[in-house]
Amino acid sequence: METTNAAQPILQVRDLRVQAGSQPILKGVSFDLYPGEVLGLIGESGAGKSTLGLAALGHMRGGCACVGGEVLFRGQDVFSLPPRQAGMLRGRKITYVAQSAAASFNPAYTLQSQIAEPLRRGGGASAPIARTIRNLFRRLGLPQPDIFGARYPHQVSGGQLQRAMTAMALAPEPDIVVFDEPTTALDVTTQLEVLAAIKQAIREEGSAALYISHDLAVVSQISDRIMVLRHGQTVEEGTTRELIDTPKQDYTRRLLNVSHAVVPAAVREEAEDEVLSIRGLSARYGSVPVLEDVTLGVRRGTTLAVVGESGSGKSTLAKVVTGLVPAAGGTLTFAGKALRPTLKARDKDTLRRMQMIFQIPDTALNPRQTVGEIIGRPLSFYFGLPRAAVERRVANLLRDIELGPEFARRYPSELSGGQKQRVCIARALAADPDLIICDEVTSALDPLVAEGIIKLLRRLQQEKGVSYIFITHDLGTVKAIAHDIAVMRRGRVVDCGARDAVLSPPFHPYTELLFTSLPTTREGWLEEALAKQPDPDALDGTVPGAGQEAGQANARTGHRRGADRPVASGLGG
Amino acid sequence: MTRFTSLRGVPLSTWLPLGVLIVITLAVAVGPAVLPYRAEEIVGDLWEPMSWAHPLGTDQLGRDMLARVLEGGRTSLSLAAVIAGLAFLFGSGAGLTAAFLGGWVDTALSRAVDLLMAFPPLIFALLAIAVLGNSIPVLVTVLTLFEALRIFRLTRSLAMEIAVQEFVAVARLRGEGIGWILFREILPNGMVPLMAELAIRFVFGLLFLSSLSFLGLGVPPPAPDWGGMVRDNAPAVGFGLTAPLVPAAMIAIVAVCVNLVADSLLHTRGRSRSAEG
Amino acid sequence: MVLTRLIAKRLFGALVTLWFVTVLIFLAVECLPGDAAEALLGKDATPVAVENLRAELHLNDPPLERYVGWLSRVAVGDLGKSLTTNRPIAPMLATRLSNTLFLAATAAAIAVPLAIILGLVSALYRGTRLDRIISVLSLASISFPEFFVGYILLVVFALNLGWFPVLSGINADMGLGEQLHRIVLPALTLVCLVLAYMMRMTRAAVINVLSNPYIEMAELKGCSRREIIVRHAFVNAIGPVANVVALSLAYLVVGVVVVEVVFTYPGLGQWMVDSVSKQDILVVQICGLIFGATYIGLNLTADIVAVLFNPKLRHPR
Repeated sequence: METTNAAQPILQVRDLRVQAGSQPILKGVSFDLYPGEVLGLIGESGAGKSTLGLAALGHMRGGCACVGGEVLFRGQDVFSLPPRQAGMLRGRKITYVAQSAAASFNPAYTLQSQIAEPLRRGGGASAPIARTIRNLFRRLGLPQPDIFGARYPHQVSGGQLQRAMTAMALAPEPDIVVFDEPTTALDVTTQLEVLAAIKQAIREEGSAALYISHDLAVVSQISDRIMVLRHGQTVEEGTTRELIDTPKQDYTRRLLNVSHAVVPAAVREEAEDEVLSIRGLSARYGSVPVLEDVTLGVRRGTTLAVVGESGSGKSTLAKVVTGLVPAAGGTLTFAGKALRPTLKARDKDTLRRMQMIFQIPDTALNPRQTVGEIIGRPLSFYFGLPRAAVERRVANLLRDIELGPEFARRYPSELSGGQKQRVCIARALAADPDLIICDEVTSALDPLVAEGIIKLLRRLQQEKGVSYIFITHDLGTVKAIAHDIAVMRRGRVVDCGARDAVLSPPFHPYTELLFTSLPTTREGWLEEALAKQPDPDALDGTVPGAGQEAGQANARTGHRRGADRPVASGLGG
Repeated sequence: MTRFTSLRGVPLSTWLPLGVLIVITLAVAVGPAVLPYRAEEIVGDLWEPMSWAHPLGTDQLGRDMLARVLEGGRTSLSLAAVIAGLAFLFGSGAGLTAAFLGGWVDTALSRAVDLLMAFPPLIFALLAIAVLGNSIPVLVTVLTLFEALRIFRLTRSLAMEIAVQEFVAVARLRGEGIGWILFREILPNGMVPLMAELAIRFVFGLLFLSSLSFLGLGVPPPAPDWGGMVRDNAPAVGFGLTAPLVPAAMIAIVAVCVNLVADSLLHTRGRSRSAEG
Repeated sequence: MVLTRLIAKRLFGALVTLWFVTVLIFLAVECLPGDAAEALLGKDATPVAVENLRAELHLNDPPLERYVGWLSRVAVGDLGKSLTTNRPIAPMLATRLSNTLFLAATAAAIAVPLAIILGLVSALYRGTRLDRIISVLSLASISFPEFFVGYILLVVFALNLGWFPVLSGINADMGLGEQLHRIVLPALTLVCLVLAYMMRMTRAAVINVLSNPYIEMAELKGCSRREIIVRHAFVNAIGPVANVVALSLAYLVVGVVVVEVVFTYPGLGQWMVDSVSKQDILVVQICGLIFGATYIGLNLTADIVAVLFNPKLRHPR
């Protein structure tokens, strides 16, 4: 969809400056939005993209103030509108879709009544309003569109709520819809569906849209133009194809590199002995099984990536391996010895050899300990090093994670997210482990920071020969770090093998679904991916009779083993 | 640890009450030794107005009110401090035990606490005093029990909240013992709300004890305490005199100041918990 | 259904607590050192008097029988005679209880709306100077002992200004106007006592609701400030606030004891305190039971209200 520049812009942002206290959030941002056009706003956290999106509705979050510039909707300044007119603008002319639909719906009312609220204010009769909403539900692919609206927000799933919120934004046939990271909290397969629904709906309605995301690939699929923001300033702006194909700024190139040109980890064929072998592992929470018959192996000095969507049991797998959750059945062999099921039963040396890094570095570091104390504790605990030696080692470890020695005296609250995660890595390394379990270690970080962490982990693996189990839902990072891949779904391993084997045809259907759902910046990807997507119910059907699926996976890896090359890690010995 | 380095940036609403508390504590501690009159000495007529000789006037028997207030402060403040301290010891000990052991220990302790907390403390105290009399050991035991219940709840929920944080999981995975996990990982992170709670429990103990004394069921004579002094001087109100307001005001001042300090302690750390009850 | 099951669970919990309270109160007599009758009458009592009291207290029965007997007598209103005045307890109790309820209800009628309004105002104008002033004042008033507030009011309004009587005693012969006039000061003291507590909790509850993203969403949907507060905030705040009110009333019921003594108001609390100092154990028991049961009942109400107004429990999946 090409922009017709002859038309008048519907929204003009002129040199907008916003401050929170004395802290600048937006340092003079300008753009125009034309009727029917979708503008993608992309940037890392702290770039000011949400503030900009809300400013389009004339709204400032608590503590923020507009200190300069203007936002004009059809030539009218939205900040100087009298309250009555602002009320007519918001919710009717410009609407908003929030990131967390679950929290943004009022729990006390049905979805229907909340979606109808802005329409009723416009004086619409209730029957046509209900019809409009039903049609939108149908168009957005919501189940039972005739009665869906009668439900309360807590009675429907996250993906459905996000679509209901899109329906709420589209119902008044607005001129502009602001989407603020609408798919960020969703699983990749759900994200694909919601993204496609949104794209189709805004196209049919002919609304203009601001689409805010930190994910360049997502934005590129839905936008006509893209604006890159960083630290409250515009880095670059252009049509989607221009910006993707010929980025002018270095920062944009770096963002693009994260999403496509990942250098795959070198294949390690020499490593054959398994540092960790998992055989027939099962686990349950109460009577609910969360892991069933999981068999996997981690080769020494390599990375096994465990991939899956939420609820697949991949984090439970990490907890069972580390001993935080006892296994209900199966065996674990670590460094040649059987691994006891509970933490208490394991000896200090075993604990030392297996370290774990968590998803959210903020909660993984004790806020009352300095970085030096945090990294130094494993040294004095496992090796009984004296104070001076600990300090020397800490300085070395800080150098390993590319931080200066002065960081030893700082508290976690003084560090950025990426620095905190580096400290967690240094703490794990301090124990001189054989295996590090990385549980979603990059998913709370911005793409460029995450990329830095991946590079660091890879370098440390080459230098120290440590093995990783890399648990993630982010399929993009898998290619960059994994030697072997295991795909999990509903507590079972559905596909498993060497990276190249898993990622090249013939694909296991679920693996293919996951990887085709992973957004790329390629033109037309969204439509293709949607066309390829199998009926999710068909996939669901295979799960209860899981023997079939597991058998399938077994057969496939067996095939690969014969056809490609021997793979030490694999299903069923 | 450089936590208490600078007083700059501490707002007026924190250091003013803190200063008042220090002055009162010092006065109560050294005052009786310095003053020209002893607390039990009859120095004039009853309920004399304020004068240079008797800055706060005299009480219902003609004793110097200032000397009485300082002497009474010793009883009231030290008893409240003992009660808060003991309650803190037992309450946080039991709370940590429950949070850490979990299972039936936690269930049993929590149920018992819920049951006791469903009963109004003042009524329980009145019952206990009716049966056992109002001796200091009875008062301290009953008040400590009820204070400990609240500290138990707070400690338990704090410990549980902190124990699920991942840095505690890291310590467990490292193989750390229970001592390290409790005292190095969990406790330092719960210290601010616990200290604020300790202050609030002190206020509650002071008010509760004073109320009982005011009802004539608290600290037994002859030791003067603020609540009892209010009761003894209460008839003055019938003559339009304000004598009972002096010890009552002392209780109020101490309580307000401690609450203000606790409040600012909680707010500067960004952990606001309800300070009531 | 989830809702009925939850409420049944709360009811059962309250019944268990109530039962526990009766056991506790009953055990109080058992805990009297030595023989209860001798302990109560003192060393100079004649053996006949002791024996009479033993019979009066049913001390010759085995403990379990005595407990059941006491409970069933209390249940039918047979409360026995006061040990000190030797007059039947029941009629006295009726007068005292109705006096206390009159005082507490008057105080609640003033405090509840006032606290909700002040709490709402300070939540809506959070962070402003007004909020700060209300907050400091309420912190101070939480810290004041009841008798301090009571005596200040007494000195100012009864003695200096002479607007209200010093003694708050009421009796059935007075008209409602006269009665209300006499209890203004104790009621005001109670209001001060409970207002700050209730207001702070209301403020916290409302702020909690207002910080939800759906409130911002309502703003972005173009709702007016009025619509946001009435339609989006109020429905979700009503549960927490009603909970706060019930809890505060429980607090008020106990606070009444000291206030009655300050103003020598002929209520249940003053009677109980009086009986405690005279070791009139039967009166103490029944007063304790009534206070305990009221407290438990109000806490139960708070719990049930919280459940009833939770939309997630009202509309289960």
